[in-house]
Amino acid sequence: MDWSALGLSLQLAVMTTLLLLPLAVLLARPLAWVSFPGKGLIDALVTLPLLLPPTVLGFYLLGVFAPQGALGQAWLALTGRSLVFSFDGLLAASLLVNIPFAVQPVQRAFEAIPREAREAAWCCGLSAWQTLWRVELPLAWPGLASAMVLTFVHTLGEFGVVLMVGGNLDGATRTLSIAIYDRVQAFDDTGAARMSLLLVLIAFVAVGSLHFLTRKVGRRGN
Amino acid sequence: MNQTIFRIVGLLRVLAFVLLAVAIPPPTLARDVPAHPAPHVAAAADLQFALPEIVAAFTRGGGAPLKLSFGSSGNFARQIVQGAPFELFLAADERFVAQVIAAQRAEGVGEHYATGRLVLFLPQGSPIRADREMADFAAAVHDGRLKRLAIANPEHAPYGRAAREVLEQRGLWLAVQDRLALGDNAAQAAQFAASGAAQAGLIPLSLARAPELAARGAFVTLPENWHTPLRQTLVLVKGAGPAARAFAEFLRGPQARAILARNGFGLPAP
Repeated sequence: MDWSALGLSLQLAVMTTLLLLPLAVLLARPLAWVSFPGKGLIDALVTLPLLLPPTVLGFYLLGVFAPQGALGQAWLALTGRSLVFSFDGLLAASLLVNIPFAVQPVQRAFEAIPREAREAAWCCGLSAWQTLWRVELPLAWPGLASAMVLTFVHTLGEFGVVLMVGGNLDGATRTLSIAIYDRVQAFDDTGAARMSLLLVLIAFVAVGSLHFLTRKVGRRGN
Repeated sequence: MNQTIFRIVGLLRVLAFVLLAVAIPPPTLARDVPAHPAPHVAAAADLQFALPEIVAAFTRGGGAPLKLSFGSSGNFARQIVQGAPFELFLAADERFVAQVIAAQRAEGVGEHYATGRLVLFLPQGSPIRADREMADFAAAVHDGRLKRLAIANPEHAPYGRAAREVLEQRGLWLAVQDRLALGDNAAQAAQFAASGAAQAGLIPLSLARAPELAARGAFVTLPENWHTPLRQTLVLVKGAGPAARAFAEFLRGPQARAILARNGFGLPAP
């Protein structure tokens, strides 16, 4: 078992989920409720990372993140750290790749909230902020939970983008799914089997807890 | 209803707190604490078994720990040129070291420290017999007993290029074109061959003679003059620290040379 890879994967997954969830709420609400020109384009852009092969994303990100690339240069100037083959770059790539997994469930959930529910909240004198916290988010909770679980598990499993943008650096960019690939090539089948089993268990627990979380809240709501 | 909402909001807050607590400490710990973090070493895949042994001898003798990554030399050359934080590059031939030097990412001109050999590996249950002239292999190519041949990718893996040269030299390259299983690097090609998914593989001697593989098949070492020599070349990457330098020095020493020889590498005169 490669513990540093496990730690790195968990860290990456937690940070991706944490950073992406508020962004998803921010992006999903207007997409769900407001109709504006160019909405179709934004919808398509949000879905795009889901449809593109990870290697295509990896290829472009490698170009943009490279020290000569636009983003890589800015990040280097700002922090003094490289964006390619580093944890920073991995996190940036992971955020981008997971946009559809975070936004879409939240968007569907907001779409399902009846307009009357929000209007009723305003009539009761709740501010926009209070409406968000007390009405919208609780009603959209199953979507939020799905987004969290999907983003978390998908980050743990991401392989192609991580390999291309991160390389395979022990303790820096070697995540669990890369470590499995690495162990197989090292003829360490036992190590690969242990880590694979762990990922299966994590996915299983994640799906189970999603089911538990959403069902429990739904029943209480009734 | 109200109570439910408070519970959910409370739950969300607890969740956010837990996520924050988990997420925030590790990055600062991981990145800021070590003043001299263990250097990353990019190693050709044929060193998969020999290098950990050499590193173990190095650290037993008081050397600092190193972080090893194995892969194809071409892939590493590209990553180093693009700024990957490796401090030492152990390539399986000189060509990719030259690329790193041309990109002004290397210190010095590189040093040939060992020579790799190519073998024909036949997994257990393969219908092909091992012989030094590859006669039965050639027959198997023509009569269809060979369905898959595992080699490393000739584009960016030195052992793949050597395999291609051998096949060309034997006049078999065109015939095996549509039967090649290309490994990303020599270790993956060996993995394909050892698994029995391919009936034969052209892989490094240093992998074929390791117990993990030797138990899964038979092999013959191919004549050295059938391909361009696989000159294992080491080069320090610009900005390499003292630990990487010390290890490069150790690789040229008698202890490392003995381990390399035991793993099937040829050695240049000291």
